[in-house]
Amino acid sequence: MQDTFFLVIFYVTAAVAVLSTLLMISRLNAVHGLLYLIVSSLSLAIIFYLLGAPFAAALEVIIYAGAIMILFVFVVMMLNMGHKGVEQERQWLKPGGWIGPGLLALVLFAVFVPALSGGLVSTGPRLVSAKAVGIALFGPYLLVVELASFLLLAGLIGAYHIARPPEITGDDSDSLTSARHHDDIAIEPLQGAG
Amino acid sequence: MSSITANILNVVGILVFVVASAAMLTWVERRMLGIWQERYGPNRVGPFGILQVAADMIKLLMKEDWVPPFADRFVFVVAPTIAMFVVVAAYAVIPMAPGIGVIDLNIGLLFFLAMTSLSAYSVMFGAYASDNKYALLGGLRAAAQMLSYEVFLGLSLMGVVMLAGTFNLREIVLAQQEQWFVIPQFLAMLLFFIAGIAESHRTPFDLPEAEHELTAGFHTEYSGMKFGMFFIGEYVSVLLTASMMVVLFFGGWLGPVLPPLVWFLLKTSILVLLMILIRGALPRPRYDQLMAFGWKVMLPLAMINLVVTGVLVLV
Repeated sequence: MQDTFFLVIFYVTAAVAVLSTLLMISRLNAVHGLLYLIVSSLSLAIIFYLLGAPFAAALEVIIYAGAIMILFVFVVMMLNMGHKGVEQERQWLKPGGWIGPGLLALVLFAVFVPALSGGLVSTGPRLVSAKAVGIALFGPYLLVVELASFLLLAGLIGAYHIARPPEITGDDSDSLTSARHHDDIAIEPLQGAG
Repeated sequence: MSSITANILNVVGILVFVVASAAMLTWVERRMLGIWQERYGPNRVGPFGILQVAADMIKLLMKEDWVPPFADRFVFVVAPTIAMFVVVAAYAVIPMAPGIGVIDLNIGLLFFLAMTSLSAYSVMFGAYASDNKYALLGGLRAAAQMLSYEVFLGLSLMGVVMLAGTFNLREIVLAQQEQWFVIPQFLAMLLFFIAGIAESHRTPFDLPEAEHELTAGFHTEYSGMKFGMFFIGEYVSVLLTASMMVVLFFGGWLGPVLPPLVWFLLKTSILVLLMILIRGALPRPRYDQLMAFGWKVMLPLAMINLVVTGVLVLV
């Protein structure tokens, strides 16, 4: 009884995940596509939870749905595509464009189905608590964590470098207004502006 | 069978309680602000103006529910729903008293954080769908602000998690029987309080809807009950922040003599009143000051708190 209940939830969620991902790809409006992508990652979170990984489920929502997707929406809002964007997409998304990716996805699917039915997935549902994840991360996988932190640090320094205010030449470097009067600041032109 | 009835009572009771008290808070806030500013506030409808909520509700429902023709209709309607749904869903993990609480999730705290991070969407989608310059600016501000303060919100809680050794909110409350976590985690409490106000974008952190420069920010184009949902959602979020602080730092329902639920409600209402007082007392900062304060003050303090707590727990 309990098992069939979970199975039903699993299949419904999985169907939602697949459907929303398909809709995400095929929407003409970028924000609608993003909405479906968010739904897709939320349903993935539920699947993680059902498979006995509540911590992974929470992280899926906090990081993917709650932070990364927000940045996507942020960028789309900044670009302000509006109705012109939809028209452009309509021209670009011709049915002919689907053939290549569709065939490749079909190949993947053909490989995937026997892999699934062959029982390669052996780890059954087993509760993985937050503690277990922490012990694994800071035990056997410590090196990977450190490498990932290097990567993040590099990103951080890069962002700082790009966003650094332009250097002010002149005597009174603390006064921005007087420097503006002298008109001797070298402000680099924005990349790709105009 | 009786346990199922009890469960349903629990769920429906908490839902009704949360939404009703959030609606009442609109009156409490205006009345208290009035008293603190030496004026009356709304006192016409019913005794002490207590029926002001009903009057407001009738007004909002009778107004024309208008969707601008240039708006993105689908997203425009979805946005206020997200605002309301997310905060009410987050309330499900709050343990109000022994036996009172919707769900006892072993990742309760993470669930709360997940729901708070999703609440940014309501503002952003509302702003995008309105297709309005003020709304867009408000939405951009909201996105940057909520994304930043979410970091400190999460970090400030980790000290509590270390001391209690669990993400389960009920166990966190039970771990405070000897001593409330506000004593060893006072700094974290302050950080969480500030971040909580910023997450529910209330004054002094209400730059996404700063009326003197952005009309009404992200909800400029909203009217009727759609605006009402943003409005009530904000008050549920206030209630949520206060309840969360009670659970994490002020010993939840623990307290002598009085029944547990009374203690919980008492502590929560004191914190809600404090949040209202802050709104009445503090001016809005400039937007760059807000971001600089977050990353240059809140983040280092949260990190220091985390390191010191870690050392103390290990020693």
